[in-house]
Amino acid sequence: MIKIDGLTKHYGRHTVVDNLSFHCEPGEVLGFLGPNGAGKSTTMKMLTGFVAPSAGSASVCGHDIATDGLAARKRLGYLPEGAPCYAEMTPGSFLDFIADVRGLEGNERKARLDEVVEMLHLGPVLHQSIDTLSKGFKRRVGLAQAILHDPDVLILDEPTDGLDPNQKHEVRELIHSMSAEKLIVISTHILEEVEAVCTRAIIIANGRILADDTPHNLAMQSRYHNAVRLSLGGDDNFDEVEAALAKLDSVDTTESDREHGTITAVAKSGSDGASNWHKITDLVNNSNWNISGLQLEAGRLDEVFRQITRGEKV
Amino acid sequence: MRITGALFRRELKSYFATPVAYVFIVIFLVLMGTFTFYLGGFYEQGQADLRSFFNFHPWLYLFLVPAISMRLWAEERKSGSVELLMTLPITPWEAVLGKFLAAWAFTGIALALTFPIWITVNYLGDPDNGTILAAYVGSLLMAGGFLAIGSCLSAFTRNQVIAFVISIVVCFGFLLSGFPMVLDMFSGWAPQVIVDAIASLSFLTHFSNISRGVIDFRDLIYFALLIGTFLYANTIVLQWKQAD
Repeated sequence: MIKIDGLTKHYGRHTVVDNLSFHCEPGEVLGFLGPNGAGKSTTMKMLTGFVAPSAGSASVCGHDIATDGLAARKRLGYLPEGAPCYAEMTPGSFLDFIADVRGLEGNERKARLDEVVEMLHLGPVLHQSIDTLSKGFKRRVGLAQAILHDPDVLILDEPTDGLDPNQKHEVRELIHSMSAEKLIVISTHILEEVEAVCTRAIIIANGRILADDTPHNLAMQSRYHNAVRLSLGGDDNFDEVEAALAKLDSVDTTESDREHGTITAVAKSGSDGASNWHKITDLVNNSNWNISGLQLEAGRLDEVFRQITRGEKV
Repeated sequence: MRITGALFRRELKSYFATPVAYVFIVIFLVLMGTFTFYLGGFYEQGQADLRSFFNFHPWLYLFLVPAISMRLWAEERKSGSVELLMTLPITPWEAVLGKFLAAWAFTGIALALTFPIWITVNYLGDPDNGTILAAYVGSLLMAGGFLAIGSCLSAFTRNQVIAFVISIVVCFGFLLSGFPMVLDMFSGWAPQVIVDAIASLSFLTHFSNISRGVIDFRDLIYFALLIGTFLYANTIVLQWKQAD
């Protein structure tokens, strides 16, 4: 569906994307993760044919973007970074223009236009100039434009940037609802987004792929995988609890946060989650500590992300 | 064709969605009138023709047409919408042609709105309306030439002021290429063939031929080639700048 092979981009002597290769299939929601300047946007620009690669190739639905770009662009919908738009137009006339260019006609055209306006709640602002709209609405106009022709491949560069939490949630729902039959690639630096919508995450930095796995597997690389977090009801026996936890043979180290009254018992690497959890729950049951909460952690993606992109071994 | 049409309609509508169109048309008409009646001595000549009107077209276009063409690509690049546009299933030719035709149609509208002067001259005397029509055609073709140059240069930069200034300079060169000012730069070292070729590129010569009422095939070919060449260059600049 999308195939990238040895994709490279130099700007002068600076290499922005360095020999990138991967492919993905419909049904996948691929999260493209990386620090600012990692080459996420440049990769997307090459994938959509806007920027010509210095070396390597990319194809969408079997159409090479360099030699058969028009056919490839017909099959994909793209939201560029910052959702650029024609500010003097209204969302209504802008979407009409996109429908013209995409060759939508008759009943299908009307149905698609009605559907995206409904999906992205653009109804109230349809005849207001895009200039005067809030950031959230502008972003949604950009999204509407990308999905109008019901493309097989959707490429969204930071789709939720600048949206409020409710709007973010809606966009994630939207992505989720379309993910079954489409291939969706999103770039983001918001990690919770990856956990919320992506089935696969590629972490890149300095133009190279550093990790390529499901968000779940990536989180398992975290040292907090299988850690147990205790919330204490009071401050009375904080030190006693911490000392007792540290003595358990399944626990590697403990981290305490007195301000919030929590202690995190990090599991020894290689130990399975169940044993750490059982040992700690047994300990808690046999004591008279004032425990208000107990939580098993799957791992922290942000920590994995930081370690990978800093070039440290996880 | 469908896509060029869609782009053409979008562009033309966008002129009228902002004050740009109205400001331009008003200034254009006011300047046309001022030049014709005061500098051109329309009444003093005592002749029922529009020569004093058309004589100023090249000089007005020199400043007003780059004001339209400067935004064609520079604005798209500045706002980032060029990324949206060029990742739609549109070829560079369709994009360049759609935008150019819309800008040309817009100047055509401005030019057509000078019709009161045609009514005036018909009211005052009995002019040769065939010559006037030919001159209008010539004027429109010349505007197209200026626009094609400006559109191409606009694709080089994301700064509209730069696009404006460079377009004026290049258009000025094309206007005067039949005059010693430009020819002297070449006559010292270039062979006569090249000097003659440059001299034959002058807008003024070709325009004055047409505006005298003589629509010569060569003048039409000249403008068609000029527009075609610069639009082709425009597509190349667009793709070249996009790759960066």
